[in-house]
Amino acid sequence: MSLRKPAKDQPESFEFNASSLEAANNIVEKYPKGKQQSAVMALLYIAQRQNNNWIPLAAMKYIAKFLDMPYIKVYEVATFYTMYNLSPVGKYFVQVCTTTPCMIRGANKLVEACKEKISENECELSSDKSCSWMEVECLGACVTAPMMQINDDYYEDLDKEKTSEILDKILNGETPKPGSYRGRINNEPENNRKTLTDLKNA
Amino acid sequence: MLKDQDRIFQNLYNDKGSDVAASKSRGDWVNTKEITEKGRDWIINEIKESQLRGRGGAGFPTGLKWSFAPKEVGSRPHYLVINGDESEPGTCKDRDILRFEPHKLIEGCLIASYAVQAHVCYIYIRGEYFVDGQKLQAAIDEAYEKKLLGKNAAGTGWDLDIYIHYGAGAYICGEETALLESLEGKKGQPRLKPPFPALIGLYGCPTIINNVETIAVVPTILRRGAKWFASLGREKNTGTKIFCISGNVNNPCNVEEEMSIPLKELIEVHAGGVIGGWDNLQAVIPGGSSMPLIPKDRCETLKMDFDACVEEKSGLGTAGIVVINKDQDIIKCMARIARFYKHESCGQCTPCREGSGWMWRMLERMAKGDATKDEVDMLGDVTTQIAGHTICAFGEGSSWPVQGLLRHFKKEIQERNNLDPIVQKKNNIPYLVDQHLLDKKNA
Repeated sequence: MSLRKPAKDQPESFEFNASSLEAANNIVEKYPKGKQQSAVMALLYIAQRQNNNWIPLAAMKYIAKFLDMPYIKVYEVATFYTMYNLSPVGKYFVQVCTTTPCMIRGANKLVEACKEKISENECELSSDKSCSWMEVECLGACVTAPMMQINDDYYEDLDKEKTSEILDKILNGETPKPGSYRGRINNEPENNRKTLTDLKNA
Repeated sequence: MLKDQDRIFQNLYNDKGSDVAASKSRGDWVNTKEITEKGRDWIINEIKESQLRGRGGAGFPTGLKWSFAPKEVGSRPHYLVINGDESEPGTCKDRDILRFEPHKLIEGCLIASYAVQAHVCYIYIRGEYFVDGQKLQAAIDEAYEKKLLGKNAAGTGWDLDIYIHYGAGAYICGEETALLESLEGKKGQPRLKPPFPALIGLYGCPTIINNVETIAVVPTILRRGAKWFASLGREKNTGTKIFCISGNVNNPCNVEEEMSIPLKELIEVHAGGVIGGWDNLQAVIPGGSSMPLIPKDRCETLKMDFDACVEEKSGLGTAGIVVINKDQDIIKCMARIARFYKHESCGQCTPCREGSGWMWRMLERMAKGDATKDEVDMLGDVTTQIAGHTICAFGEGSSWPVQGLLRHFKKEIQERNNLDPIVQKKNNIPYLVDQHLLDKKNA
């Protein structure tokens, strides 16, 4: 199991803004009447997006009231799933995959780059508090390993140099282009395509 | 090699775009109405005859699973749930279907929903695939617009609504009952079976759960016939499969190939060979991290299908092939997999929660050469005390890779770890008790 703790400094209150409220109401409608608890995961995401990439305890209380469910059940969900950040992670949250398929293709070099550019330890904000990094388990892009995720986007086929370039960009407040950084198209075998050749570049 | 026209996922590399028009040109949505007009029994029978087995790892026959759904809809509605919580290390096939072949999946959802009499379908996608999920959402929106979903979907007379539900980074939610718990807004801890989801599933209603790839191949099977699908591969291991080849190969890639293709052909032809040549191969994990590894000498002749892998005491799983060459430290690789399982255990059953961490700590020490002689056997003992003693298959999934390592690389571990045990005399106490504590009087 992973160890997860809420941040020490918590804001007093939390409320959905207008756009979050609309999105939340749309999501509750997806589920049958009386089963609005199903929306809790999506609502936690909405709260996370609204609150600079992390979920304060006040938001969990708010969502519990919103969905008419016990606060402890929301707390359970928020602490069980690893994608809910329970403490501030900065505007750019870098997640480096280091599970075996990435590891054997050199994911530790990406970790080195993060240590040099962002902060010495994982889950620690950079000096300007704009980003943090963390080692995560398999992100499901093993064919384009090693890779990392920054907020929602995947950055694939990396090495140390390219990672450093990407991190420089986000530290300057830019958002680099996601996708493969060796120029290959999606998950095709690079320069070795033997299938669906008549369709290529059609 | 499989002929290009026999490949189901023509847009695997997104050469042609994934909108409705492009999908129609590849044959999707062409005669959905005629297919459903042939009736539920015909659809389920055809899938049974095609011998399609679930692509999510366990390889359960899909037609049989569908036939478990109650024949008449009672007071409780039926649900179809699509499992897109692809988190098995080494696997990234569903992601390409979600982003490049969404209409195969959506059409499959419609046909499957019709077959099991569901009016609501939930697609559960892992939270990390947010961008890919949005692409699927765009495809669903387009399908609604073109009247392929909603009331009287695609003119079939069947009403269907599809909703996407995002996970939030829990591997365990790929287990079907944990997925249902997660869908109900709880933490993803698996349920005891029976009752099986086909009778009591989502919200206590009959629910059929299938993998993304399984559902996405259904329309093509019904269109081209069960005979065509069954002619590919071999008996009970029919059809095509997307293989994900990652690790130490020159051209890691996703490729759709015939079942029962030799592993060597996959690696040499499609993935450009092992880095450093075939002789530099050390071992291959054939089906995602939870399947035991297979050493090089067995890889020469291994055929990639469910039954052939089981004969090698491994499994096809999700067909995520991880190639490990001799430049890698195999014990370290497995220690990292053990860390993955330690991190992802849901904590419900004690053997798995405690054992997965135990295995990881031992393997980390073994990789460094800090373990004692007797710990090698103790590690094997721990794995057997986890497997089969948990609610879900995670117990097996976490202990099989370690068992595979012990089966094929025991010598390497023993050579590296030859320290004498801390406890010398034989106390004949089971390993679950901390022996060195017993030796201290005040412990």
